[in-house]
Amino acid sequence: MSTAVAEHNTGHDDHGHGGHGHTSTGLSNNKLAMWLFLGSECLLFGGLISTYMLYRGRHPKGPGPDQVFSIPFTSVSSFVLLMSSLTMVLAVSSAQAREMRQTKLWLTVTALLGATFVGGQVFEFTEFYRKGLGFTTSLFGSSFYTLTGFHGVHVTVGIIMLMALVGMLKAERVPGDKAEVVELVGLYWHFVDIVWILIFTLVYLIPA
Amino acid sequence: MAIIEQPRTEVALPAGAGAPALVTPKEAKGMFARPVQPQGWRDWVFTVDHKKIGIMYGVASFVFFIVGGIEAGLIRLQLAAPNGKVLSADQYNQMFTMHATTMVFLFVMPMASAFANYFVPLQIGARDVAFPRINAFGLWTWLLGAIFVNLSWFLGGSADGGWFMYAPNSTRLFSPSHGIDFWALGLQITGIASLTSAINLIVTCINMRAPGMSLFKMPIFTWMVMVVQFLLVFAMPVITVALFLLSFSRSFGGAFFDVKQGADPLLWQHLFWIFGHPEVYILILPSFGIVSEVLPVFSRKPLFGYKFVAISGAAIGFVGWGVWAHHMFASGLGPISVLVFSMATMMIAVPTGVKIINWTMTMWGGKLSFTTAMLFAIGLIVEFTIGGLSGVTHAVAPSDTQQTDTYYIVAHFHYVLFGGAIFGLFSGFYYWWPKMFNRKLDERWGKANFWLMVIGMNLTFGPMHIIGLQGQPRRMYQYDEANVHTRFWNAISSIGVIFLVLGISAFIVNVIITHRSKHPRYQTTLDPWNARSLEWMTTNPPAVHNFDAIPTVHELDEFFHRKYAEDHETGEIRQVATAEEILADQQAHADKNIHLPSPSYWPLVVSFALPIIGFGVIYNPIIIAVGAAVAILGIFGWCMEPSVAPTEDYEPPASTPDSTTKELTA
Repeated sequence: MSTAVAEHNTGHDDHGHGGHGHTSTGLSNNKLAMWLFLGSECLLFGGLISTYMLYRGRHPKGPGPDQVFSIPFTSVSSFVLLMSSLTMVLAVSSAQAREMRQTKLWLTVTALLGATFVGGQVFEFTEFYRKGLGFTTSLFGSSFYTLTGFHGVHVTVGIIMLMALVGMLKAERVPGDKAEVVELVGLYWHFVDIVWILIFTLVYLIPA
Repeated sequence: MAIIEQPRTEVALPAGAGAPALVTPKEAKGMFARPVQPQGWRDWVFTVDHKKIGIMYGVASFVFFIVGGIEAGLIRLQLAAPNGKVLSADQYNQMFTMHATTMVFLFVMPMASAFANYFVPLQIGARDVAFPRINAFGLWTWLLGAIFVNLSWFLGGSADGGWFMYAPNSTRLFSPSHGIDFWALGLQITGIASLTSAINLIVTCINMRAPGMSLFKMPIFTWMVMVVQFLLVFAMPVITVALFLLSFSRSFGGAFFDVKQGADPLLWQHLFWIFGHPEVYILILPSFGIVSEVLPVFSRKPLFGYKFVAISGAAIGFVGWGVWAHHMFASGLGPISVLVFSMATMMIAVPTGVKIINWTMTMWGGKLSFTTAMLFAIGLIVEFTIGGLSGVTHAVAPSDTQQTDTYYIVAHFHYVLFGGAIFGLFSGFYYWWPKMFNRKLDERWGKANFWLMVIGMNLTFGPMHIIGLQGQPRRMYQYDEANVHTRFWNAISSIGVIFLVLGISAFIVNVIITHRSKHPRYQTTLDPWNARSLEWMTTNPPAVHNFDAIPTVHELDEFFHRKYAEDHETGEIRQVATAEEILADQQAHADKNIHLPSPSYWPLVVSFALPIIGFGVIYNPIIIAVGAAVAILGIFGWCMEPSVAPTEDYEPPASTPDSTTKELTA
């Protein structure tokens, strides 16, 4: 839910300093706000990851982590998500070079890679459900779906932000410093990726 | 009125000149039309002005203060005599849950937000907060969330699990009504408001300071507000997780708190108190900030050890993260955890003690004037210290094990919250009323207000120490006649409520008289208290753009240093300027073309989406989709709308874009 905030912070409340760099510290208000928001998000995922780590071994009914996870499949989708960080970096650097065509291209590629990851997650969830792991089946099920579901929602919100940004760039409706707006969306996107590295390691790779 | 553009002519205006000619947008662009100079109620509802938002926070949270007070009154009525029949056991559970929830989330926090919104930009010499629309969003989201929580009274009963809502006791099995669903979702909504406001205020404190105002020249109230906002940024997501787990368990059958499946009842306790302990500092630190402003002004001395007060506030905020498990000593954490948290809790008393010493030393040798604001500040020092000392007895784990879940705990936190947080807020009312409304609250009614509240709180909460140590448990809805020891003190405690009601009524009467009467007693001068900080360097109430010219800051207590200077020959401090002269000088050098953010519909639209989603989670998933659609529409509308109306919207064109916008954050 708090992800809605990210949308607000991405460069649309830049009154009074947009492009002028006119703040006490010289830092942009929007960027500072985004960093604070991401700091807050760390605690959100911290709570969810702790809950999962506490409960992952508790599944008297239904399958446990070892019975459902398919490491090769998730490794591939994780790789796709990590590559989207690379394309996001390319988008930011094109935006800073004022190459808006390139920027839009890389943003779109990033969104597509993100969508591939979310698609993989949807497939994975259906697969686990078929193997007997529902949301209500066990503590493991509830905490697994909550943690990865929250991450999936974050990626989805990121995709919406990327696509909205492409549309707004096309329509020339991005107020203020365009490169900074791209960078802000990028900060959010990289954060979501880094959280996935943690989740992939803790949830999938370390045996329960 | 929403002045959007306020150009100044080259010719300096004489001091106190009438409103300059306004240039306003002839139409407003954005995704849809935006409000242009709205009048009447629209001016308030669509405003992004931090001062109007502050006042609305204040009025709304005062209403909830009365609601929470009525709930408290019913609790004490029930307990006034043995075998109380006022409330049933179930109603009693709802009453104490909602009393605490209302006082914490719907009164003290938003009332502190009211002061923070109004005074932080003024104290740092800014024209508004960093994100004015997010500020409006925070207000409306909080208010709608607050109403949402309270709607449960009319929709099948309120939450009944205590404000800490321990799971699994709060799962559907033990609390089948929708009360806890409303509670969890409503607090989720107010949490979003807190998070967005916190980010906004931190950016404001860090980035919007007037030239020359380094962090250690910031007024102490602003310092404390900033520490609180950092606590909020990191504490809110933890309660968000806890509330999500609870809502998912109740609404979608999640297993998180299902002990049959092996759930750990301590999970909720840890998540709740990792939020809950920083939360108590979120409640108290703004009041600490207020009295740190009030005491120097009415002692005619600078704040003793300003840096110590600022740093100890930050230290409280930091150590506050490492003490949460002292709420859980009775839950069997094991000796090492108990030892660590016990010692951390004793440690946090140190920076708090530093503050008490600093306040006392500020008064020491000062020329004290006992105005109502000052009395409330001194009241805070005394009553908070009593509460702090009983707090140290909880830090000692063996002693705490005896006190857990007794009225002794209730006594402790009412001394620190009523005698601390609420006294600080009342001190702020009396101190800043002339600034906000250009009227001075009456001192005689004010003193009645203060003394009735002091007597009332000591009568109400003092005896709770005794009945607690005699073993009366918290949350007990009846006791029988055989309990002769506690009967007397329970009766005294309930009688104390009468004084509290009279005291708070005296405040309300005072406000009404002050604003109705034409008597000169209620008139105020520009600088009635001979104050020290920047918010007093502008008109009462401040103009919509706060300062005609953004001041350049050279000193801590800048306003004082502009009024007074040391005579180099005699070494005496003497007055060199009056507040009126300083203001006239500022008006003579007014900025040209002050460009303020424009009002907007979108914060309200996005805020309205959240309770709709909440109803959807409780009643029907289709409603969630409706709420989500409204939210997405609102966010897109918001993104498409520039925060400052573009120059081409103005008639006549104001000036070049450069000169119209750059002065805003100066």
